[in-house]
Amino acid sequence: MTTYYTKDHEWIRVDGDTGMVGITAYAAGQLGDVVYVELPETGAKFARGDDFAVVESVKAASDVYAPVSGAVLEVNSVLTEAPEKVSEAAESEAWFVRVKLADTGELTELMDEAAYAAFCKGL
Amino acid sequence: MADTSSETSRRTALHALHVEQGAKLVPFAGYDMPVQFSAGVKEEHLWTRTQAGLFDVSHMGPCFLTLASGIRHGAGAHEEIAALIETLVPSDIKGLKPGQARLTVLLNETGGILDDLIITRPYEEDRQGELYIVVNGAMKDQDWGIFETALAGKAVLTRADDGVLFALQGPKAEIVLGAHFPECTGLKFMESRRMVLDGETFVVSRCGYTGEDGFEVLGSAAAGTALVRLLLNDPCVRPIGLGARDSLRLEAGLCLYGSDLAPDISPVEAGLAWVIQKRRRETGGFPGVSRILRELKDGPARKRVGIQPLERAPAREGTEVYVDGAPVGLVTSGGFGPSVDAPVAMGYVAAAQAAPGTKIDLMVRGKARPAEVAPLPFIPARYKR
Repeated sequence: MTTYYTKDHEWIRVDGDTGMVGITAYAAGQLGDVVYVELPETGAKFARGDDFAVVESVKAASDVYAPVSGAVLEVNSVLTEAPEKVSEAAESEAWFVRVKLADTGELTELMDEAAYAAFCKGL
Repeated sequence: MADTSSETSRRTALHALHVEQGAKLVPFAGYDMPVQFSAGVKEEHLWTRTQAGLFDVSHMGPCFLTLASGIRHGAGAHEEIAALIETLVPSDIKGLKPGQARLTVLLNETGGILDDLIITRPYEEDRQGELYIVVNGAMKDQDWGIFETALAGKAVLTRADDGVLFALQGPKAEIVLGAHFPECTGLKFMESRRMVLDGETFVVSRCGYTGEDGFEVLGSAAAGTALVRLLLNDPCVRPIGLGARDSLRLEAGLCLYGSDLAPDISPVEAGLAWVIQKRRRETGGFPGVSRILRELKDGPARKRVGIQPLERAPAREGTEVYVDGAPVGLVTSGGFGPSVDAPVAMGYVAAAQAAPGTKIDLMVRGKARPAEVAPLPFIPARYKR
């Protein structure tokens, strides 16, 4: 399993042609206290860069973008009841969706952990 | 929003202190202002409701309006300065007791709200020809221009926005501020006095923008900064940013100029008819009087109401309100209320839909979400009457 990152602060942990998607701890820290997460329906299809979810903090609503193209296999229902998990465990328990990747070739466009860490440091 | 980003943001006298305290600064009303500190909006909000929160509001527009004649003493001097400002606002300013403050609105010719402001009659006998006025930061240039034009030759405006204006809000505010100003504990809600600390004079008013008991204090830049540093040493006091200021005032049902109040909205529509006291309704003499008296008599076409979303999704400013598929209004302020522990909002709906309990739909991201009209405030006010 390898984790990839976007410049919009999403992560995708890939296993074969499926992956878990969420927002990074850095993004969660910037958003502040998360009070609501709107997730897509299972089966929904997205192109890379589409907004597929919304995170609402006390401050504002923010779109979450699909790191790769694909279809939603499963959504994390924990976030419906406990959106604050995003603030506590953004890169583990608080995953948003599990997707089937349309094209694993798109992963080469994303950052690995070291590149993302360097990217955040430069912000 | 009364939020005007600018590349040349001004700094308040407390700017260095904000940086020291780990503030995240954003442009607001032409100033770099703390939106939050390290604790975050939710924790700052809850801290203010249980302890004491300190807010820098030096970006606002405190000012003094004095009679051009220089007359300072006696009830006659107060009547004279009050009569001047009453040509611009619909509240009974003449009827203020010494040391009493009142919320009012600055009106345009059609009875729309140009700003909301607090006018105080000074307590001190030698300041009776003076009014202490605090207007919104984003509107101060407009408001002060209106005062100077309308009252030219009759009154003199002295800006006081080069010092420190801060608010201390929450159940511990009285005991914390009382340690420095023992007289402040004797003030009731909307009362104000000049008080002296270490030879420096401050204007201390018991009011605020959170629904909690608390004070707003005006002082010079140096003395104000020193006092704020002193107050922050108290373990009950934490600095609070604009983020929590917004969620606190929203739960308290208080209006934000630029969102909930605007030049096309009358005080009657805004649920602020109570700022127009009996004498002014009888004698008129304020801008937009015909519309306002008509709305007082017949009721306004739309009303500001509280809105309680029934699901977890917050409804933000600009969200459309529907009843049975027909548009009936708009959310003007909305977000998450940490003390209510649920989303809260306010907005304008057609008068027929304004009764608490009315079922409405909020169009959030293209999907109708159930909500109902709710009484304001969302949390009971804790002012010291």
